[in-house]
Amino acid sequence: MALIELRNISKVYHLGGEEIRALDNVSLDIESGEFISIIGPSGSGKSTLMHILGCLDSPTHGTLKLDGLEIQNASATRLARLRNEKIGFVFQFFNLLPKLNVLQNVELPMIYSGISSKERRERAMQALTLVGLEKRCKHRPMQISGGQQQRVAIARALVNNPRIIFADEPTGNLDSNTGEAILELFRKLSGEGRTIVLVTHDPEIAARTPRKIEIRDGKVAATLTPEFIGQRSSVTT
Amino acid sequence: MNLLNAILVGFKEIWAHKFRSVLTMLGIILGVSSLIGMSALVKGMENGMREALVAIGGVERVRVQESDIPPNQQHRADQATGLTMNDVYALQKNASLTRVIQPEMRFRNLILSRGPKTSNPWNFLGTWPSALEMNEHRIAHGRMFNEVDDELARPVCVIGTQVRDDLFGSPEELGYEYNPVGDQVTIQNQVFTIIGMFEHYESEQDRKAREAERLAAAQAGSITNAAAGPSRNRGWAGRGRGGGSWVFRMKNNTVYIPLNTMWLRFRASSGANNTPDNRLTGMSIKVASADVLDPAIEQAHKALLRTHNGIEDFSFETQENWSENIAAAIKNARMSGGIIAAISLIVGGIGIMNIMLASITERIREIGIRKAIGATSLDVFIQILVESVVIAIIGGLAGLLTSFALVNLLGVIMASDNTPEITFTACVIAFSFSVCVGVVAGLIPAFKAARLDPIQALRYE
Repeated sequence: MALIELRNISKVYHLGGEEIRALDNVSLDIESGEFISIIGPSGSGKSTLMHILGCLDSPTHGTLKLDGLEIQNASATRLARLRNEKIGFVFQFFNLLPKLNVLQNVELPMIYSGISSKERRERAMQALTLVGLEKRCKHRPMQISGGQQQRVAIARALVNNPRIIFADEPTGNLDSNTGEAILELFRKLSGEGRTIVLVTHDPEIAARTPRKIEIRDGKVAATLTPEFIGQRSSVTT
Repeated sequence: MNLLNAILVGFKEIWAHKFRSVLTMLGIILGVSSLIGMSALVKGMENGMREALVAIGGVERVRVQESDIPPNQQHRADQATGLTMNDVYALQKNASLTRVIQPEMRFRNLILSRGPKTSNPWNFLGTWPSALEMNEHRIAHGRMFNEVDDELARPVCVIGTQVRDDLFGSPEELGYEYNPVGDQVTIQNQVFTIIGMFEHYESEQDRKAREAERLAAAQAGSITNAAAGPSRNRGWAGRGRGGGSWVFRMKNNTVYIPLNTMWLRFRASSGANNTPDNRLTGMSIKVASADVLDPAIEQAHKALLRTHNGIEDFSFETQENWSENIAAAIKNARMSGGIIAAISLIVGGIGIMNIMLASITERIREIGIRKAIGATSLDVFIQILVESVVIAIIGGLAGLLTSFALVNLLGVIMASDNTPEITFTACVIAFSFSVCVGVVAGLIPAFKAARLDPIQALRYE
């Protein structure tokens, strides 16, 4: 059984009487342990797809199974719990809380899952060690570099041991060297058996993942393997 | 997120915006302290009023006096006896709920004189020694007359300080406290010996005013009256000796002589009087406690009806009205003061709400992040509500402290008034009200924050 099963998912918005189909009949399976990129130009619906996959939003139609649980009609509270327990997010703009230090930022998800402060501390330090920032745990986000902030965000996404990690343009705000290091970190995490979904508009980055899902006008345009991407790029050149 | 964490986050948030939080709390601080200060003032007022009520014998005291015979008994008017000593004995024997009985024989317009000085006391009574307890008198010098003095109808009297002031001079005039015990005075050509003098009665308020005056005089370097110009009577409501509440003034203006002395020397056909009159002008009884006031009066009524051959030529007068008036006045003062103070607390609450609304707008992105990583709407709701309540609680506690300073300040500014008194109840009410205000003020901001859509909130710049 796949970790995530999307069946005929649609998301419809109503803007001033006009109906906008952000997602149109999308079906998709993501297996546990996969490293996937979702690629598409802006407005293609890839963000909407990620929001639905990440339990930030509910689909208008269709069914969604996450880890064997039917969640297409879940309440906001249930979605929040699922986000807390099963999903980790990494954002383009890091989204750390500026008033908290690095350690407190990493501890944040565990506060909402009711873990004791001692265990929170231990697990946060473990996650920070994993991303190589254990020495910076008392710093504020503003006191460390962008690449380090993103690694803190990754540690925060990892700390509750989620089934899947979503990264929304994780390198979009970083220079290429730092971005490279972040991608390397994702690859390493993938190698440890974590499921990672990378959302990007950059084909270069998408090309680095074993599987690529292309979204165009709210539909899955293609599901490609790297070999195929390689073929196509060779055709175009 | 458990409550402890929420409170911790609340404190951090307040600490992060110290100045803003203090300004916000100021509303609550002022509200709480004005609520407590107001109630302390009213309590002081109440103490002053109750003081006066106790000074005239408390609610347990009931006066029995002669009254008109009802119309349906008019045909037996010639058999009406009036109040006599028989009534006193009957009450002593049959009215078990009556604790103290004090017969009174009053003589109007008697003038005490000593040399050129005279005094026309408000109360000139022939009575029993029980009058001491009945009217809450305390002897300062000498003694009260006793049963022997009464039995032998000795020409002795006990006087109040006002009478002493009239006949011998007040401490202000003399510069010292004159003790008249042992001196002789003439009452209607009869020589009486002063065997005792009561304390000087005054309200707490008057006492403080007098002390303030004395202090001012001492600072001005003179012992004489601080008022400038020729000496003059400053009027009925004037300050100084004899000023202040009429209750205390009347009480100081009292002369008691033994009942039998009054009867033999002023009421019998010998002495200074030519129409004998053995009736009492009235009597007072003190019931066992205020709770049994009704049954005690009922009992006394029955006993008296028998001695009066069924003719109802007497009536009872209690001080319930007095005490009810106090209660009503206090209630009114408390209501109006309470409403004003409550409004200021509510204004403080509006301040909190305002700041919380501004604060959540500032933190939309933070709320989005918290929601994305698993905070439920309830978590966010509680966090914002707790912040608001924490502000209110800190403000409330600071308000309690401030109120003590405020009440002390009031006591200093208005040194001659009744001392304001902080009550525990007032503190509890003010504090819980401030917490309620914090909760109510936090509801709308918390609700707004909880309803934020995480996707929208994350995109908010």
